[in-house]
This record gives sequence, C-alpha cells and structure tokens, in this order.
Amino acid sequence: MIHEEISTDSRTRRTLSGAARVLLALKVDGPLAVGLGLTAAFGLAVLYSASGENTPMLVRTLLRLVLGIVIMLAVARISPNLLRRASPWLYGLGILLLLAVAAVGHVHLGAKRWLDLGPIHFQPSELMKLAVPMMCAWYLHERPLPPRWSDLGMLALIILAPVALVAKEPDLGTAALIAAAAAVVVFLAGLRVRVLIALLLLAVAAGAVGLRFMHGYQRERLLTFLNPEAHPLGAGYHIIQSQIAVGSGGVFGKGWMAGSQARLDFLPERTTDFIFAVIGEEFGLLGLVVLLLLYAFVIGRSIYLSMQCPDTFSRLLGGSIALTFFVYVFINAGMVTGLVPVVGVPLPLVSYGGSSVVTVLSGFGILMSLYSHRKLMG
Amino acid sequence: MSPVRIKDHWREQRMFNRRAWFAGAVMVLAAFAVLGRLYYLQVVRQHYYEVLSLDNGVRTVPIPAARGLIIARDGEVIASNRPTFDLDLTPDRVPDLNDELEHLVRLGLLQQTDLPELIRTIRSRLSFDAVPIRLDLSAEEVARFAARRYEFPGINISPRQARWYPFGKLAVDAIGYVGTISARELAHLNQAEYAGTAVIGQTGVEAAYEKYLHGTNGYRQTLVDALGRPVRRAGALGKELHFKAPVAGDDVIVSLDLKIQRLAEKLLKGQDGAVVAIDPWTGDIIAMASSPAFDPNLFARGISEKQYEALVNNPRLPLFNRALRAQLPSGSTIKPGIALGALTEGIINPTKRIYAASAWHLPGSAHLFHNAAHEVCGWVGLRMAIIMSCDVYFYRLAYKMGVDRLGAWLPNFGFGHPTGIDIPGEQSGLAPTPAWMAKHYPHDRGWYPGDTVILGIGQGDFLTTPLQLAHYTAMLATRGLSFQPRLVTGLRNPRTQQIHWKRPILDGNLTMISPASWKVVIKAMVGVTTNPRGTAYWQMINSPYPIAGKTGTAQLTREQANDVGNEDTGPEKLRDDAWFIAFAPAQAPRIAIAVLVEHAGYGATGAAPIARKLMNAYLLGPNGKLLAHPGRAALSEPAGIKPRAEPGVDPRFTPLQRAAEP
Repeated sequence: MIHEEISTDSRTRRTLSGAARVLLALKVDGPLAVGLGLTAAFGLAVLYSASGENTPMLVRTLLRLVLGIVIMLAVARISPNLLRRASPWLYGLGILLLLAVAAVGHVHLGAKRWLDLGPIHFQPSELMKLAVPMMCAWYLHERPLPPRWSDLGMLALIILAPVALVAKEPDLGTAALIAAAAAVVVFLAGLRVRVLIALLLLAVAAGAVGLRFMHGYQRERLLTFLNPEAHPLGAGYHIIQSQIAVGSGGVFGKGWMAGSQARLDFLPERTTDFIFAVIGEEFGLLGLVVLLLLYAFVIGRSIYLSMQCPDTFSRLLGGSIALTFFVYVFINAGMVTGLVPVVGVPLPLVSYGGSSVVTVLSGFGILMSLYSHRKLMG
Repeated sequence: MSPVRIKDHWREQRMFNRRAWFAGAVMVLAAFAVLGRLYYLQVVRQHYYEVLSLDNGVRTVPIPAARGLIIARDGEVIASNRPTFDLDLTPDRVPDLNDELEHLVRLGLLQQTDLPELIRTIRSRLSFDAVPIRLDLSAEEVARFAARRYEFPGINISPRQARWYPFGKLAVDAIGYVGTISARELAHLNQAEYAGTAVIGQTGVEAAYEKYLHGTNGYRQTLVDALGRPVRRAGALGKELHFKAPVAGDDVIVSLDLKIQRLAEKLLKGQDGAVVAIDPWTGDIIAMASSPAFDPNLFARGISEKQYEALVNNPRLPLFNRALRAQLPSGSTIKPGIALGALTEGIINPTKRIYAASAWHLPGSAHLFHNAAHEVCGWVGLRMAIIMSCDVYFYRLAYKMGVDRLGAWLPNFGFGHPTGIDIPGEQSGLAPTPAWMAKHYPHDRGWYPGDTVILGIGQGDFLTTPLQLAHYTAMLATRGLSFQPRLVTGLRNPRTQQIHWKRPILDGNLTMISPASWKVVIKAMVGVTTNPRGTAYWQMINSPYPIAGKTGTAQLTREQANDVGNEDTGPEKLRDDAWFIAFAPAQAPRIAIAVLVEHAGYGATGAAPIARKLMNAYLLGPNGKLLAHPGRAALSEPAGIKPRAEPGVDPRFTPLQRAAEP
C-alpha cells in the first residue's frame, strides 16, 4: 500500500508547495490548522484583557496551547488503525481512572474531579470526552448499521457507566458533554428517527426525575436560568452580569481592554466560562460574529474531513469530534447569552483553563490522523 | 428484518453523509438562534444594558455640605463643625446585613443594644445610599477597622464634618442639637437632598433653621469595581464622571449674649429652674437657660442607647426644656398685669385705699383666702398692694373684675397661647375661663367664684412658661409693645459673607392702657425693689439703676400637691416654686427677665438674686457704672460678627486630611 501511494501521488506531489509538503508530512490539515490557530490567537488577545493584563496567565495559556499542539501533532501521526485498536483499552483505562478518582480523588471546590499525579492535576473525565466516543465508534465499526436494539443496549451501557461516574463527582456539565459526544456517534451511525425521538422523550423524562436527585446548586442553576432576576445578587448574578456585558457591547463593542463589566470585576468567571461575554462587551456583535464564523469554519472543515474518511470508525469518530466541538460552542454561547442554563462548559480554545485545550486539540489531532491516513484504511 | 445483515459500506457512507448534512442544518439553526439572541441583546436592547453597565461601575458619592455655624451676637461660634471619621454602610453592597453588624459589635465598634434601631434606619434608606452607622470614630477605632476593612464589604470609613458644640451644654436649650436622622424623620425628608447627611437638627435653632443650616449637598462620581473599590485608571474605561460641589449652609446669628448666658447657667447650677432674658425693644433673647442641662455633643456624635436612657431616666429631667415647656402658676408676678387690666376696665381707683386683713372671704361664703404668710396688709392702695404683694387686695380685685374680664386680659399679655418664638417646642400655658373648665372637666365641679379669686394672684389653674413670663415682663417694660421673642437675628451667606438681618416682629400693642395706668403700675414695680416694704427690697438694695420687679411664689399645681404647698419648709419636692420678674433700667428698659427656681420657696429669696446679678452683668461696665446705651443699630447688627476664611468650618480645625479615603 505504501508503494501504491508513492506511485500514484508522485506527480501531484511535485506541484505542492513547500509548506504543504511539510503539512502533509506532519499529517496536518492546513485549513483546519489555520482555523484553530486564528481562534486560539483571538482567544489569547481576549484573555489578556479579561484577565486584567495578567501576563503570567497568558504565558500559562500559551504553554498549554503549545502542549496541546504537540499532542495534536503526535496524535495526528498515529495510524487510525492503532487508534481504533486502542479504543477499548483507552476506555477501560478511563473507567479505572474514574474509579480511582471516586476512591482517592483530590477534592477542590467541593468536587472530587482531580487525580493528583505529583506536579500535575489530571481530570480523567477529560480523557473520557474522547475515549467514550472512540469506544462507541469502535463498537459500531464492524456491525451492520443502523444499529440494532441489542447494539443500542450495549452502547447504553458503554455510555452510561462513565457518565454516571462523572456525574457523581459531581460534574454534571462534563457528564452531559461525554454523553453528547457518544450520542452523536450513535446518531451519525444512523439511529432510526423514531428511536431517536423516543430516546429524546426518555431523556426529558429522566431529566425531570433527575431534577429531584440533583445537588442543591445544580437545581438552583436551572431554576435561576428560568428566572434570573429572582436572585440578582445570588445565583442570578452570573446571568444578569453576563447579559449586561454582552448587551452593553452593542454592535462595535467598547474596544479592547475597555469593557467595564469585565475590567471592573462585575462579570464573574470572565477568563473562563464567561469569556464569551468579554468578547461581546469589548468587540461587540461584530467580534462575536467573527468568532462564530471561525468556529463555523473549523466545524465545517471537520465535518468535511470526516465525510472524506472511507471507513465507519473514522467517519463516526471524526463526525463526533466535529459535532461535540459545536456543542461546546453552542452551550457556552447559549449560557452566556441566557439561552441555556448555566453549566460549566468552557468556550473551546478561548477560555482559560487546563485540560480543556489539550483535550480539544487532541480531538483535532485524531481528526487529522483519520483524514490524512484515509488512504491507508481498508 | 433479515436474520443476517451484512455491512453495506456505500449505504453507510450515504447515511453518514445524510446525517452529517442534517446535523449541519441543525447547527445552522442553532447558530441563528445564538445570532438572534445576540441581535436582541446587542442591538435591540443595547441602550438598556448600556445604562445598566454604567450604573454598575459608577458610584455616586455624596459630598455633604458643611453645616452653617451658629454664632452668638458677639461673634463667638457656639455651634461649629469639626472633622471626624464615620462608618458608612451601603446597603446594596452588603451581602448579609445582620452578620456584618454583629461582626462590628464583636469588633467593639457598635453596641449590641443599638442594632435594632440601626437596622430599621438602614432598611428605610435607599439601598445604594451610604448610611452612617457609627459616628465619630477615634483614631484607634479607625485603625482597628482599617486593618480588617476587607471583612466588611459595603462598609467604609468616610471623613466627614461632625457638629461640634465647643462650649458643651452652654445654651443647649436655645441652640438645640443635631442627632442621627431616624427612620421616622427620614420619611418626611427629601432623601436626595439628605443623601450623605448624617445628622439633622433635633431641637432649638438647629431644628428651626435646619433648612438654612443644612446647605446643599454635592456629589462626586467615582468608578468602582464590583467590590465597591475605587478604580485607579478610570480614564481607560471612558466614563464621563460628574462632580457637583456642595454649597455650605448659611450661618445663623443668634441674639444670645454668651456672657449673660454663661452667668445664668452658673447661677442656676445645682437647682432646677430657668432664666429667660429678653431685649424688650426687639424680642431678642439675651439669655435662655434651663437647669439642669446636658451636653449636645452627645447627640451630635450619635448617642448610645445607654447614654440616652441615663438622660431620660434622670429624675431632674435634664432633657426637659424648662424655659419653653415648664408650665407653672405664675404666682404674684401676674399682679402688675391684672392691675393694668383692672385700671383700664375702670374697676379700681388706684389711689383708693382699702383695709386688707390677713384673709378675705367671698360674700356669703365662709371659706377664707389668706395672705401668703397670713400677714395683715393694713390700709393699702394699688401701689402698696403691688409693693407688698398683698394677696387680699388682689382677691377682692379679681372678684370685682370677674372671670370673663380676667380671662380676656390674660391673653393680652401673651398668656394662654404660644409667644411665637422662632424655635420649636414651646408650650402655650393656660389662661383658664369657665368655658375652658367646662370643656376640660365636664364632670368635675364647674367654675367656682373661688377659682376667679385665686386667679387674681396667679394661682389655681393659671399656667405660664418662663418664656411667656419673660415676654410679659418685656411688654410691661415697653409699656405695651409685644415683640415676638426670637433667637435668630440674621443669616450670613458663607460665600459672600453678606448678612441678612431679620427685622423684629411687633405683634401687639396694648394701646388701650392709659399712660397714667402704666405710670402707677411701673412705679409700684420699682417700689418692689426700692420701698423698704417691697418684697424684693433687700435683694435689690443699692442698685445703681432703678429696677422694676415683681416677686412670685407659685404654689404647686392642683395635680402636683393637692394644695399642700408650703414655702420654705417641708420636703423640697413639695416646696413652692420661686419666680422673679424684672426689667431695668425702669424708665429706659434694656432687659426684661424672668427667673424660675423650682422648689426654692419664696420668690424674693430664691429667684431675685439671680435676676439682679444677670441685670448687673448686662447693664454695668467693669467700673460698676451703668453702660452707655449701645443704640438701636448696634443692637440689631452686632459688631462682633466678622467674615472668616473657610465657610462652615471652625478655623481652629485644619482642613480635612485624605487619610481615611479608601
């Protein structure tokens, strides 16, 4: 197969530019890399202002980006076959780590989410954001599609076990994102529409029941979303202040480093979950549209790349990565603007914060691997 | 469904593509939902959120105006301001009010007992306005709070000017005091005007001239962060911040002569009583004292519940303004007035003598009305009856005059209604009539002729305040002119230093009294102090100027003692109250004075010496000679009032340091 590739592509290869040749050698998709890079650069500029010109924070973010890029490049070089074969093992490892968290996890801010590995704190739930959809795609890749009822039962087990463990930490936001990433795989695998609707109804019913078992703050968040003005200085404060920030930005924004909501500390979590509001305040509607276009390009390119993949595993996994990325963006934007309840979902590539950048870039590394090695797949 | 399904790669690829396109469509819809929401927030409601965001960061800090000074006629500042550090609380920046106040109690900056009232006051204020919760911190307390400032969001130290009464209790019953604005007072105030103001005039001139003294508060807008801390680089955030300078309140010039005021308070020391001295030609109060008094600085600093309880529960009632509010029978001091009424009504012939025994009874009644000491007056005319204060003469006179005419004459001299003095709280006294009696004691006993008889010597239900009696004395001094008593003679604009002098208010003139009647009565009043048989002869002996006076001994009122009054013996609480009224010099009066000493027994011994010392101090120079009359112009425009450098601030205090600015 290697011989074949060289012989058929030797003619086109000569016409490629030097940069493209490097990208090809690195197994990196150029347009996607440019889209990600622009988004991250925009994010850095916003973070500089949102953090109150906190240079150490910026440096840390930059280091994480570099780490993420290194991992992305590394992952992109891994053969999809290896990724596929590794999926169940990765999944199993993730489950073990989650159990370890439950047993000996590090408690921070009332939640047990971290494993203390000497110098770094590691969140196994971040690993599961990729491992669970990989496992689902692995499970489905050699079965006839659309999946049968027995397959769905098995998938439900695969998905719900880690989701339950993460939800127990408690980290409802990540649990929901893991579930969404896996559900996207099943959806893309051709789940029948009737079943889809039935499952959605089931989810709503489960949610209603789950409301009773939620932690106080989780329920409060949901109720606050429905009526933020009821607690202007309590739980509703986040929503009110973020809407003030976004709304007061207007079309053109107040200008970089001139957002009073963010700079005067009125906006909580302004470097992390609510950084979208800082962009809205300082760069206005225009800035947000630019950001959303960047995201749209990244997502669109990712879906395009997935569609080019010849095998089921690659398509399902690639599509899941693309759509999950969309879910991140949508939930974060929706939360900040008051469309959806406040859940702790960072704005990918822009929010300040540890493992999220690495996870996201690893995902795109996988996507690039799947695409750039597509000719190698059976 | 077939039992064995094989993978169909093409079909799966097509299905994936369909699903991907479908997902794409959903994503586009979702994107439009977000964009629609953004359009709503950033375009449709942009202005609304812009206003909210401006409100967020801009804190309007009121700058209280300097309260006007109160200046005595000789230029001495009797109420001024001094820099202090107060604790302010901004309700909407405090997460848990009770918790923070309790914490301040633990820190020793508040008293537990003051919390309920404090919380009521805070809740009645606008949530974004700073409420002073503790006035006048000591330097040590400022340090103690500053070290833990960040445990108290919404509470700040603010430098302010506090009211300061440099002479303490001096003239407190005339000047009054300022106190913390209570929830009830706030309900009647324009809250915008009083934002940043900690205190308000409670009594006296401070209350009556609150409108002028208060001034107009200004404000400064500062950019603050979410914790309410001022932001250093405000310019970067491009806010337009406003500033309005405060306008200091007007200075109020009062007529008090502090030399006389001090002496009056010194002479009353240790006794319960009051002194009111009036310039008869203007109504200006020269001195107004009530004893015991209290230190108004207690209130200006924010009196604690405990201190207040102590004042209220003091049996000598230091908070009771006797000069304005003590209502007592006038005793014999009323006799000159009744004599003038009787003369004008033609009831008596002033030269006709009658024989006055030690007692008198109504025709057809066995009840005896005695002279004060059961003495026999002998053959007396009107003059001697006043000089000796012969009760029997006046029993007869009152009986002949009748209650209706008596009841009409007493109000002519200002009794039974407020004098109209320019500070609040005055009582109106009581000039009783049968109609009044029927109204107030409908089921009691009605009006007896005996009630009329004792009215003739200022006893029974007749009640007057020291102020009313001084005002009446001033009317005697001017031969019938009634000037409304007043403390405030002028207002000074602190910027222009221009003084607006108020004209004296003439509100009555008893023209129906003939000069001859005046002559008789005033001659008799001079006789009180110069005739060896005069009741105040020994107290007024050898005066370098003629004094017209009248003693009075007020028996305790019906309610007080059930007619068991006794002059000099018995427990002090049951002894009679001593009155003395006088004006001098008798022919060209410059001062009219009423002195009350409660439970001092006989008026001549209890009250007259005080009056004499005060008149001496007012009228005599250091060489013991009568001072030249200063003239009308100088009276109304005292020379002592001079412009000063900084409006509203006592020059003894240096300008505010910015030390306490957060």
